[in-house]
Amino acid sequence: MELARFIVRRAIQGAVVLWIVVSAVFVMYFVAPNDVARLLAGRQADPATVAAVSRRLGLNRPLLDQYAHFLNQIIHGNLGYSFTNSEPVTTLIGQAFWVTFSLAVGGAVLWLIIGVSAGTLAALRRRHAVDHAITALALFFYSFPTFLLGELLLLGLFYELHLAGFNFFPGGGYVAFTQNPGQWAQHLILPWLTIALVSAATYARLTRASLSDVLGEDYIRTARAMGLPARWVIGRYALRSAITPVVTQFGLDLGALLGGVVVTETVFGLPGLGQLLVISIDHQDLPTIIGLVLLASTCVVVANLLVDITYVLLDPRVRVS
Amino acid sequence: MSTATVDESSPGRRPKGSTRLLWDRLRRDRVAMLAMIVLGLIVAATLGAPLIAAWTGHGPNAQYLTTGLSPQGLPVGPGRTFLFGADDLGRDVLVRIAYGGRISLFVGVVATGFAIGLGVVIGLVAGYYGGVVDAILSRFMDVVLSLPFLIFAVALIAIVGPGLWVSVFVIAFFSWASVGRVVRGQTLSIRQREFVEAARSIGASGPRIMLFEILPNVMAPVIVYATLLVPSAIVFESTLDFLGIGVTPPTPTWGNMLAESLNYFQEAWWFVVFPGAALLLTTLAFNVLGDAVRDALAEGER
Repeated sequence: MELARFIVRRAIQGAVVLWIVVSAVFVMYFVAPNDVARLLAGRQADPATVAAVSRRLGLNRPLLDQYAHFLNQIIHGNLGYSFTNSEPVTTLIGQAFWVTFSLAVGGAVLWLIIGVSAGTLAALRRRHAVDHAITALALFFYSFPTFLLGELLLLGLFYELHLAGFNFFPGGGYVAFTQNPGQWAQHLILPWLTIALVSAATYARLTRASLSDVLGEDYIRTARAMGLPARWVIGRYALRSAITPVVTQFGLDLGALLGGVVVTETVFGLPGLGQLLVISIDHQDLPTIIGLVLLASTCVVVANLLVDITYVLLDPRVRVS
Repeated sequence: MSTATVDESSPGRRPKGSTRLLWDRLRRDRVAMLAMIVLGLIVAATLGAPLIAAWTGHGPNAQYLTTGLSPQGLPVGPGRTFLFGADDLGRDVLVRIAYGGRISLFVGVVATGFAIGLGVVIGLVAGYYGGVVDAILSRFMDVVLSLPFLIFAVALIAIVGPGLWVSVFVIAFFSWASVGRVVRGQTLSIRQREFVEAARSIGASGPRIMLFEILPNVMAPVIVYATLLVPSAIVFESTLDFLGIGVTPPTPTWGNMLAESLNYFQEAWWFVVFPGAALLLTTLAFNVLGDAVRDALAEGER
């Protein structure tokens, strides 16, 4: 019951955030002093064309009317039509969605696995060579811009290996999961690694710090003194409470994950939402850009809600506050 | 009368002493010193970019079609004429890296400056006044922190158009919230302390207390954040360039050089490796330094 109320409260907060985002987008594109009609009609358009575009989009109506219309359209899932090829924005997004989904989910899973296990290893071997090596590696990868890591992986693991006659890693492109799961994974390994390694570094550091603290607690000593196997103590008791700050951070990093996805798709030529965004910007395709921004924000809000729920399930203390 | 009392109660002598202490601790940290030397060399190379250009005899945007490109039109590799090789248009990669570094460092430092300023002001106000002000500002910070910032930055730049200052402001806008949150948290606890009570009891105004009583006491985390924000701002800037919405070619930046190199990495590894190394060394050195500063400050608290 309490959990239900918590979820409802968080959902309402999420909805408020989304409303703010939608309004910010509206202000950015329709209220701020820039001539959207002119932008859309193109640089060479004559005044008559600009006026026609303006009328068609309802830009000559009062702002409040436009705002109501804008909200109404979005609530009904109508994101308008792409200026470049007149397809509904929802169709374009639908085509690219699964590519990005595969990339983001796989990358996030890999980053959590690498990050948490490296951090655990470092915490258990504190001040040993393993710890120093992991800490140094974490700092190294943490300093990488995503696109640079992607390019270097392409250069090293695709191209150099390819020259050496080893053709395991493809140089880019995408194969749908439904078409060939093996090929799908093979094409995504380097992009997944690109996303995972940069972010895993933060998580390794975070897990190390958090787990080190927890391992010093009395109840862990008690559990050990009772003769419980180390694996049990760490997996069952220590990691469970050490993981809470990691989950919090994960919620905050989801936005960054989507940014990383945009860059990674560009590097590896994956036809996902990120590539769609970059192309839309080249073509000044406003409806597509707006649609993508709203989709990204919705994903972040929904995912944050899920993270909050996970958080409560992991740590019952949160429920009280 | 009253101002004199306030000045006495403010920890006016402490900043100088603690800066000295911080420096002494940093000097003992060999890795931090190495990072500083690396940063010093990078700053020197970018400031001395015209000297490097004069020494090689290559301008940053000049194309050397006969010496820089092979007869087949491919860029020549690192050698005597082009120390770091040439790019696809026959330009000198070394000279372009030196000039490109100016933009990275400039944006990194200036955007961080703005972000710190904004974060400190909003964090102080939220933490000091509390209540509704705090609730609104805190929610705002949460929203800014959780937004997919790169996507928003891209959407914003799509309508205002790219440029150096656009990059600076966009990066600052999406970076201040983490500073704001930390400053708010610190302010919340500091405003309960006796010296703040004392200042309030003799009639010091809110802004005065924030500026002279609280601010000096939140400087430690702010310094750490500043050193760590610079590399992330540099990464952000180069990412915007990489996506083609930052500083536009032909002006060299590390980001747009790496974007161009994406099409040529199979023919010219040096086109990826050298700008990439410059970028990575810079962010790595800043991060190492930031960690060292944090450790040195934490050592003082123990």
